Amino acid sequence: MKRLIDCEKGEKVKVVKLNANYDLKQRLISFGVMKDAQIQVLEHAPRKKTIEVKVGKMRIALRAEEAELIEVK
Amino acid sequence: MNENVKKCPIIANHIKVALVGQPNVGKSMLINSVSNAHLHVGNFSGVTVDKTEVLFDYKHYHFTVVDLPGTYAFTDYTIEERVTRDYLCAEDYDIIINVVDSTNLEKNLQLTAELFTMSKKMVIALNMSDEAEKEGIEINAEYMSELLNIPCVKVSAAQKTGIEELINTVVEVHEKPKPEPKLVFSEPVEEEIENIVSYLQKHKFQATNSYRNIAINLLKENKRTYAKLHDDPIWTELQPILIEASKHIELHHDTDDIKEAFAEEYASFNRGIVAEVVKVKKPLREEKTLTEKIDSVLIHPLYGIPIFLFLMWGLFQLTFVLGAVPMDWIDAFFGWFGDAVGATITNDDMRSLVVDGLIAGVGAVILFTPNIIILFIGIALLESTGYMSRVAFLLDGFFHKFGLHGQSFIPLVTGFGCSIPAYMSARILKNDRDRLLTLFIISFMSCGARLPVYVLFAGAFFSESIAGNVLFAIYITGAMLGLIAAKVLKLTAFKGADEPFVMEMPKYRLPSVKLIWHTVLSKTLMYLKKAGTFIAGATVLIWFLSNYPHNTELEKNYEVKIEQAHSQEEKNKLANELASKNLEQSYLGRIGAFSEPLFRPLGLDWKMAVALEAGLAAKEVVVSTLGVLYALGDDVSETTYSLKDAISKNISFASAVAFIVIIMVYLPCFAASVVFTREAGGIKYFFYLLAFTSITAYVLAFLAYHITLLLGY
Ligand SMILES: Nc1nc2c(ncn2[C@@H]2O[C@H](COP(=O)(O)OP(=O)(O)OP(=O)(O)O)[C@@H](O)[C@H]2O)c(=O)[nH]1
Ligand SMILES: [Mg+2]
Repeated sequence: MKRLIDCEKGEKVKVVKLNANYDLKQRLISFGVMKDAQIQVLEHAPRKKTIEVKVGKMRIALRAEEAELIEVK
Repeated sequence: MNENVKKCPIIANHIKVALVGQPNVGKSMLINSVSNAHLHVGNFSGVTVDKTEVLFDYKHYHFTVVDLPGTYAFTDYTIEERVTRDYLCAEDYDIIINVVDSTNLEKNLQLTAELFTMSKKMVIALNMSDEAEKEGIEINAEYMSELLNIPCVKVSAAQKTGIEELINTVVEVHEKPKPEPKLVFSEPVEEEIENIVSYLQKHKFQATNSYRNIAINLLKENKRTYAKLHDDPIWTELQPILIEASKHIELHHDTDDIKEAFAEEYASFNRGIVAEVVKVKKPLREEKTLTEKIDSVLIHPLYGIPIFLFLMWGLFQLTFVLGAVPMDWIDAFFGWFGDAVGATITNDDMRSLVVDGLIAGVGAVILFTPNIIILFIGIALLESTGYMSRVAFLLDGFFHKFGLHGQSFIPLVTGFGCSIPAYMSARILKNDRDRLLTLFIISFMSCGARLPVYVLFAGAFFSESIAGNVLFAIYITGAMLGLIAAKVLKLTAFKGADEPFVMEMPKYRLPSVKLIWHTVLSKTLMYLKKAGTFIAGATVLIWFLSNYPHNTELEKNYEVKIEQAHSQEEKNKLANELASKNLEQSYLGRIGAFSEPLFRPLGLDWKMAVALEAGLAAKEVVVSTLGVLYALGDDVSETTYSLKDAISKNISFASAVAFIVIIMVYLPCFAASVVFTREAGGIKYFFYLLAFTSITAYVLAFLAYHITLLLGY
C-alpha cells in the first residue's frame, strides 16, 4: 500500500482511497482529492513536514499526517 | 397613498443578489468593480470572513449585493463557511450570482452543482476571463448556458469587462420565471431520484422547491430537507425508500459515504461539461507554470524560511530608513507650527493647551505616518501576491511544534497591521480550540499602532544605522513570545488533538498598483482620522489632567525665586523645577504617584506608567501622552523640542527596555478588546486575556529590566 507521503517530488499518482475521518474526508473531497483523482507532488517543506501537491489545476498544502491517510497508486 | 405607490419604484425594482463562490475567485473584487465599494481583496482563501452588503443603482434598479465568504462546498467546515451556508439557506434574496474562476472551471463547478438544488434563480459569472485568455483557455459561454440552462457570462473583475452584460443578465433572469437547471447524474442515481419524485407526486407533497431538488437533497442526506420531512406523515413510508436508495448508490460508487458518492457524481458531470465547453488553445506543455517556478525558489525546503526572514528584515529596515526622511520634515513642520500658533495666542493656558497639548500630542502620532505607510504596503504586498499562503506553508511545521495551526499565520500576520481584522480573520480556523488559541496570541503580534512607540524608542537609544535591526528584533521577539505563549496555553488551557492542515495555494498574481494604493490609502486615512479625532480628544484630556489643579502658592513661590536668581542658567533651572513640581501635583501626577509603586520594580517612573495606562485605550495614545508629559515638564529653555531627545535624556536604557516589553505584550486597545470578546464568544474570555497578558507583561518586563541592569546598561 502506497501513501501520498511516500511519493517523491514530481511524482504523479492516482488516489485509491481516503482513510481520513469524516470531516477531513469532506474537506479533501471539496478540494478535489477523491477517488481516481490525479495528484502530483510539487514540493516538500523541511523534513517532509508539509507537502505541496497539485490536483487538477489547484495546488494544495497538506501536512504529513494528512498525506499519510491518502492511499495512492 | 396611491400616489406614494406610484412614486416609489424602490420596492418594485429592488433586486437582492447573493454572491457565492469558492474562495479566492474574485467575488469581493467583482462587487468593487460593479459598485464603488472598496471591499477587502487579497490573494488567499479566506479574505472575506463576514457577509457585507453593498448597495448601488443601475438603470432603474436598486441593487443590494451581498458579499459572502468563499466556500469550497456546503460542509460547514469553518465559521466563515457557515456564515455563507446560513445566509443562503435562511435569508431572503432574489438571485444568486455564482462566481467561478474560469481558469479552474472543473473544480469551481463542484460548488455550482450543489447550488443547483437551492431553488433560487442563478447566474454564473465566469470571472478571471483575462487570466484564462492569457493561459489560452477558451470557454464557450453560450454553449455552457445552454447545457446548464443557466446563463453564464464571461467577466473580468480586474479588467472590468463583461460587468454590464452580467448585470443585464441578472435583471433579465430576475424578470423571468426560474428555469430549471440541468444536472444529470449517473443512471442509478437518476433511477432513485425518479423513484422518490413519483412517490412525492403520488402523495401530492406540498413544497416550494421542485420534487427533483427535494429528491436530490434527500439522497444527499441534507439536514434541512431531512428535518422538514421528518415530521411529515409520509416519512414513515419514505424512510425505507431512502435507505434502499442510499444502498444502491453507495454500491454503485463502491463507498460507504453518500457524500463521497455525490461528489463523484458531480465531478463526472462537471468533467463532461468542461469537455464540451472549454478549449485549451495552447496545448498544455509539460513545462512548469510560472507559479511553480516561483514556488521552487520561495518555498524551497532550505532557502524558503531564510528568504522570508530576509524580506521581513528588509521591510523593517525600510520602515526605519525610508521613513526617517519625511519624518524629519513632519517633525520640523510641527515644531514650526507649534511656535507659529503659540505666538498668536496670548492666554497662557490656551497656548499650553494648543501647543503642548494638541500639537505636541497629535503631532507625535502623525509623525509616524510614513512608517505606518511602509508597514501597510508590506502587508498589502504579502496579501495580494499570494506569498501569504506560502509562508503559512513554510511555517506550518514550526508552528505545529508550538501547538499552532499553519493557517494561524494568516490572522497573525494581519495582526501586524491591526488586531481587529486579525481577530475576525481567525474565523478561517476550523477548530474552536485552534481559533481561541490564535485569538489569545494575536496581541503578541505588534500592531501598527505600536510601531510609533518602537520607532520612537529605537531612534532614541540606537544610532540610525542599527535602529532598523532593533525594530526587526522587537517584532521577532514579540512573535517568538507569542509562540511560547501559544505552547503554554496549548499545554494547559487548550489541550487537544491537532487539526488537519489542508490549504489552497493560490497562483502568484502581480498586484495592481491601484489595488495596493487603495488598501494603503484607506488604512492610512483611518490612522490619520483616528489621530485627528480620538487621539486628539484623549490628548486634550491628558493635557487637562496634567495641568490642573493649579497650585497658585507654588507658582508664586517660584516666581519670587526666579526674580531673585542671578544668572540666566539658574533661572532656567528654577523654571524647570517649577514645571516638574506643577506636573507632579496635577491630577495626572497624582494618578501616576498612586500607581507608581506597582511600576517601580520595573524601573518605570510615573510618567511612563501613566502613558502605559492611557495606552489601554489605544496604543497611539502612549506616544501622544509621552509627547504631552515631556513637552510640559522639561526644558522650557529649549526652543524646538524633540520627543526623541527628551526620552533619551530622561529615561534609562533598562527602563526603556521594560517599557517596550510591556508595550509588546499587554492588551492591544479598547476597540480590539471588544472585537476579541465578540469573536471569542464571551466576556469571560476577555478577563482571561486581560489577566494573561497583564501578568505576562509584568513578569517579562521585570525580568527584562533586571537583566538589562545586570548586563551593565
Ligand atoms: N487577473 C484577475 N485577477 C482577479 C480577478 N478577479 C479577482 N482577481 C484577483 O483574485 C484574488 C482574489 O480576489 P477576491 O476578490 O479577494 O476573492 P474572493 O472571492 O472575495 O475571496 P474570499 O473572500 O477569500 O472568498 C485577488 O488577488 C484579485 O486581485 C480577475 O478578473 N482577473
Ligand atoms: Mg472576498
